[in-house]
Amino acid sequence: MPKIKIPTPLRQYTAGNSEVEVGGATAGETLGNLASEYPDLRQHLYTGDGKLRSFVNVYKGDEDIRYLDGADTEVSEGDELSIIPSIAGGRCK
Amino acid sequence: MPLKIGRGDVGHIHEHAREAYPEECAGAMVGMNLDGMKIVVDVWRADNTHEEERGRRFLIEPLKIKEFEEKAAERDMEVLGFYHSHPDHPAEPSEYDREHAWPVYSYVIASVGEDGVTEMRSWVLKDDRSGYEEEQLVS
Repeated sequence: MPKIKIPTPLRQYTAGNSEVEVGGATAGETLGNLASEYPDLRQHLYTGDGKLRSFVNVYKGDEDIRYLDGADTEVSEGDELSIIPSIAGGRCK
Repeated sequence: MPLKIGRGDVGHIHEHAREAYPEECAGAMVGMNLDGMKIVVDVWRADNTHEEERGRRFLIEPLKIKEFEEKAAERDMEVLGFYHSHPDHPAEPSEYDREHAWPVYSYVIASVGEDGVTEMRSWVLKDDRSGYEEEQLVS
């Protein structure tokens, strides 16, 4: 099963684990399975309509999956996915 | 959980906010959790890489966050949160801030004007993402 590295702010939802193994043939499927296994994680990864939040970045190895095949990026046994935050904000006008 | 941040690190954040004015500045706060308190040991600047409207928006790229996390871990510390400035605006999180926030991290906001920083407050996103809780800043 692929491994997913969990960033510090989300570890409280994965029983403190910094890395979890989740089944899935694509990055999207693996992340979806992660959210099903740890339901409290879902709202921090996905918007209400089920899209991955813009500041949630998923890397396969050293590559952002946006520059691979996105959610359809294939993953296999031993592959490592990392969820990496970007930090954004700012005052409202 | 209170956030303990010494005068030196507060000074660094204020200086960064003044230098970046009228644009927003941003950076990381690193340290440790000890006895129910987040203790800031260092603050590290980041470039605001938002492509436009940097007077009201900031962005720290994921690879920079990864670098901060790794650099902190090498020093037996962790990234406790991030600071950013609100030029000519109160030190309160905006709706845009909330939409983009992560749980657990402290978000320190410095309100900065032409005459410098007037207020600094710290916030943590609620678990259900419905809003923020203010954190006590301890010097």
